[in-house]
Amino acid sequence: MHYFLTEEQQMIVDICRQIVEERIKPQRAEMDENCIFPAEIIKEIGKSDLFRLFVPEQYGGMGTGIFEVCLATEELSRGDLSVATTYAASGLGFIPIILLGSEEQKKKYLPQLASGEKLAAFGLTEPEAGSDVGAIRTKAVKDGDFYILNGTKQWITNGGEADIYTVFTMTDPSKGARGASAFIVEKGTKGFDFGKKENKLGIRASATRELIFTDCRVPKENLIAGEGMGFIAAMRTFDQSRPAVGAQAVGVAQAALEEAINYSKVRKQFGASISSLQAIQHMLADMATQIEAARTLVYHAAKVIDSGEKNVSRLSAMSKLFASDVAMKVTTDAVQIFGGYGFMKEYPVEKMMRDAKITQIYEGTNQVQRNIIALDLIKRGVL
Amino acid sequence: MVDIKIIVCIKQVPGTTEIKINPETNTLVREGIETVINPFDTYAIEEGVRLKEKLAPLLSQTGEEIETIALTMGPPQSGEMLKEAIALGIDKAVLLSDRAFAGADTWATALTLAEAIKKFDDWKLIILGKQTLDGDTGQVGPELAQKLNIPFIGYASSILDINKNRMTIKRLMEDRYETFEIRLPAAISVGKDINIPRVPSLRGKLKAKNEAIPVWDKNYLNLDQSQIGLEGSYTQVIKISMPEHHYEVKMLEGSPDHQVDELYGKLKELNIV
Repeated sequence: MHYFLTEEQQMIVDICRQIVEERIKPQRAEMDENCIFPAEIIKEIGKSDLFRLFVPEQYGGMGTGIFEVCLATEELSRGDLSVATTYAASGLGFIPIILLGSEEQKKKYLPQLASGEKLAAFGLTEPEAGSDVGAIRTKAVKDGDFYILNGTKQWITNGGEADIYTVFTMTDPSKGARGASAFIVEKGTKGFDFGKKENKLGIRASATRELIFTDCRVPKENLIAGEGMGFIAAMRTFDQSRPAVGAQAVGVAQAALEEAINYSKVRKQFGASISSLQAIQHMLADMATQIEAARTLVYHAAKVIDSGEKNVSRLSAMSKLFASDVAMKVTTDAVQIFGGYGFMKEYPVEKMMRDAKITQIYEGTNQVQRNIIALDLIKRGVL
Repeated sequence: MVDIKIIVCIKQVPGTTEIKINPETNTLVREGIETVINPFDTYAIEEGVRLKEKLAPLLSQTGEEIETIALTMGPPQSGEMLKEAIALGIDKAVLLSDRAFAGADTWATALTLAEAIKKFDDWKLIILGKQTLDGDTGQVGPELAQKLNIPFIGYASSILDINKNRMTIKRLMEDRYETFEIRLPAAISVGKDINIPRVPSLRGKLKAKNEAIPVWDKNYLNLDQSQIGLEGSYTQVIKISMPEHHYEVKMLEGSPDHQVDELYGKLKELNIV
């Protein structure tokens, strides 16, 4: 397939493909089985300039856009969704700084995030709050030149591994979501600890941990865009980041399709390869068609964001919703084509199916994506 | 002004097992064949880049600079390989290319490389892969060091310490490790135990794309035809031929039990079991 990539975009894909083939594929099964965080692979990704894709040129980035981020994320996801999640979650952690951070915050944090020297994380979810930002219980109370943070964040990707955390707190609970504020908190700050590591169904090599704040004093300079701007920061970040979740879904689906095609050609039943059976052929055709439709939607959403268009929530949500549903279906069908072997850990498709599930859940469940799409349709009309 | 130069000598080799031989010259046909950086040379590139990354911050404290240079002798298409080296972090590259260089053996190759290296000032270290996959001799490194009158350590497995004047280097022999302290300038050859070569970076690839690779010919190097290429070679490959293999395949038939019995009988007959 030809996607009319520029020479630079093709270079991004080639670099990721080399990382997938040489570094990720030989290790992914063991990383998954033993929940091993891919620290060395992430270093390699940093050295290859892939974190720079998120960041403007003046802060050490490549000055590229969400489309390039999606290309990289998709390719890395073809290798392993844990690695791609770690990569994309770091980006998620520093997008609020890019979008709404002060010049000082950008100068201080973005260059070291762009180089991959430091990893970031996005701390929004709590036991009682995810998409419902107004239900956040972590509090930030102003005390002179500091804010004092208290509370617990849950299921934070890159928790414990990241150096820089964007943490969403409540500075004025009486205002609900409009009373939320975002802070940059550095690992090692007194009163900032990590809780248990989660044992997950999929993306088992990625780090998912609690962030615990106990009278944690954060300098007031680390507040992003002023008190009460937390909700806006979170929503605008998701508008930018959701196509990358779509790209993760496309990547893992593509990997499952490739495995299914290869297996169907070598697996013989009734004296012939199962790829000669129309039942299998039609499954493969449907899988490929769905992936292509998902990819097209993800690329389109990314390009619209990069064009500077303001109202991108609907398209961004659509790309995440559609691509993740496709990933779940395609990876499940890949397991079906493998039959009993697909159910065994000796083959990679069962892991892809386990991994794919999270793309329907994180950065807003697919039910929440439908809410966003419907609200936008009602508010702004079809066009 | 660059104060220290590290020169990495690399070679383009066929990236395929389908080796073709020119029946007239008895040398490898390189035109039109997919090529790659000789795998052992990728470790040499990585070590050069790592040394620069390690030494550059230390040298910058005294206002000094360090530079890595990739050098190859080969046909014009070798320029693409040199660009790959730049994408991997090498600062600049030079291609030695001239019809007159063709057919060189290791002696003539080492002489040509040595003359090119003499054109640089302040080079301190030459790193080579321990051997090439096509020629497989491992001779160019030691011959080059001899022509430049510098120490040579082959099969280095780690550089323990290095400064502007000396380096400590370890190598693994069949039954022992050897550690040497040598004065610089020097040449070393490396194998796959020294590092894990990196994946190219995006900025490296973009830099490489726009990089003009200088080409030095025999006139630029002031070399006489009698010293280089086939004429300057003490050895010449008279004939390369593929070994002939004779295989006899017998398909066993019948029930699995029968096949196992027959196979066991055959293996016993051949004294294998």
